[in-house]
Amino acid sequence: MNTALLPSLFAALAIAIWEIAVRATGVPDYLVPGPIAIVRAFVADPTGLLVSLGSTLVVTFAALLVASTLGVLMAMAMAASRLAEAAIQPWAVVLQVTPLPAIAPLIIIWVGDPFTSLVVCATVVAFFPVFANTATGLASPPPELADLFRLYGAGRLRTLVLLRLPAALPYFLTGLRISGGLALVGAVVAEFVAGSGGFASGLAYRILEAGYRLQVPRMFAALVLLSLAGVAINSGLAVLGRIILRWRGDA
Amino acid sequence: MLTISQVGRRFPGGTEALRDVSLTLARGDFLALLGPSGCGKSTLLRLIAGLDQPDSGHLRWDDGRPPAAGDIGYVFQDATLIPWASAAENVYLPLRLRGIPRDQAQADVHAALAKVGLAGFEAARPRQLSGGMRMRVSIARALVTRPAVLLMDEPFAALDEFTRNRLQLDLLGLWRDSGCMIVFVTHSIYEAAFLARRIVLMTPRPGRIDQEMQSSLAHGPETRLDPAYAALVAQITRAMEQALESAPGSP
Ligand SMILES: Nc1ncnc2c1ncn2[C@@H]1O[C@H](COP(=O)(O)OP(=O)(O)O)[C@@H](O)[C@H]1O
Ligand SMILES: [Mg+2]
Repeated sequence: MNTALLPSLFAALAIAIWEIAVRATGVPDYLVPGPIAIVRAFVADPTGLLVSLGSTLVVTFAALLVASTLGVLMAMAMAASRLAEAAIQPWAVVLQVTPLPAIAPLIIIWVGDPFTSLVVCATVVAFFPVFANTATGLASPPPELADLFRLYGAGRLRTLVLLRLPAALPYFLTGLRISGGLALVGAVVAEFVAGSGGFASGLAYRILEAGYRLQVPRMFAALVLLSLAGVAINSGLAVLGRIILRWRGDA
Repeated sequence: MLTISQVGRRFPGGTEALRDVSLTLARGDFLALLGPSGCGKSTLLRLIAGLDQPDSGHLRWDDGRPPAAGDIGYVFQDATLIPWASAAENVYLPLRLRGIPRDQAQADVHAALAKVGLAGFEAARPRQLSGGMRMRVSIARALVTRPAVLLMDEPFAALDEFTRNRLQLDLLGLWRDSGCMIVFVTHSIYEAAFLARRIVLMTPRPGRIDQEMQSSLAHGPETRLDPAYAALVAQITRAMEQALESAPGSP
């Protein structure tokens, strides 16, 4: 109870102080809007913002799906063969350290289709945690246990299915949670890059648009929606992970 | 049953783990491999299990063929149970890997758990069990295929003394009942003297067999109080000291 109550109290306090400070100093809305002004901006056009949020979320979850499928498959390939490991590992790292804004324009040009290019961009960002965590999990069983499988005549495939994949599950779920947040970040960054290309409908585009029009409260409203979505994705995946592990009897 | 002739094993990197090791194992033997850590005990055990191959010399089984999957049981220092699986599920593993359906295996699994004193703990997860109970599950897992050979690599080294004493006694009972051959790796003189009929002294760098001693102790609950046991311990201690002194690069 305390763990949920205390943060909420602090948040409420911070919001109250923010509103009071904005009023006391008399900063205009177009510089720093107070919480009430932000809510008012949201209420003025909730559908516009929510539709955009939905569009961003569709990209996010599509990217998360692609990233986790690819991540698990590549981690499995690496666990299966040393050759695959040598081939995949360096590229995974290159992918991870390359800033998305630097390659997003290229991806957008190459892919062409707006939705697909956004998904590809977000996938690039979301891929690494789920991939790296799964790879670690597949390698996590102690060598003695792998020896035991060998002793009883199990081949690589059976060892993978009965030992390595189940052992990787908690690692995968942790990776998925991190990747979930990153997929959202990736989707928004890609929207920003694409935004000037004129085919964006996501939240980033709303932020850009409101910025051009100096509708700072609306910018904030979009930003708050984005943060809430990020928190929801993170804790949603955390809860999902806990449910799955409890169902398996891990915890 | 198994003849080991002049076996040598040198690891890449130069460690000569075994040199010129010869040993004959008969059905029903209880043999202890005794020596300080690094003298190649585990390496020899892995060779017997077929998990590793010698660089020189050879191992020959009586019927000319290496044993089939399930003819050899293996117990490690750690219980190495599958953490997300129940005790019964862990014991079922060797049978499962040999393609025996769950319902057909159930009686054997329950019998194996009962044999190690864990009837009623079928559904328990490893983390709910004590160290000694986990080791019992590990032994049940090794026995469930009714192997002719049971290889044990310092199985009780990580347990407290009371649990260890208890398990040593129980192991003697299991050995008598099952009639399988046990090769028991240990670095404890007391343990080797208490358990084994044949005690093989090994020295390190390179790992080799120094000599073999016989025991004709009664092997029962009273053994630890038996003057003959104390005498055997003294005899092994002296022999071990001599062996280590004359070994090159002794500590
Ligand atoms: N896979 C391996 N690769 C390289 N060296 C090894 C390997 N396994 C064991 N050794 C070395 O061989 C020697 C004997 O090891 P081991 O058989 O584990 O000894 P023990 O079980 O008696 O403690 C040690 O010096 C160890 O470091
Ligand atoms: Mg060892």
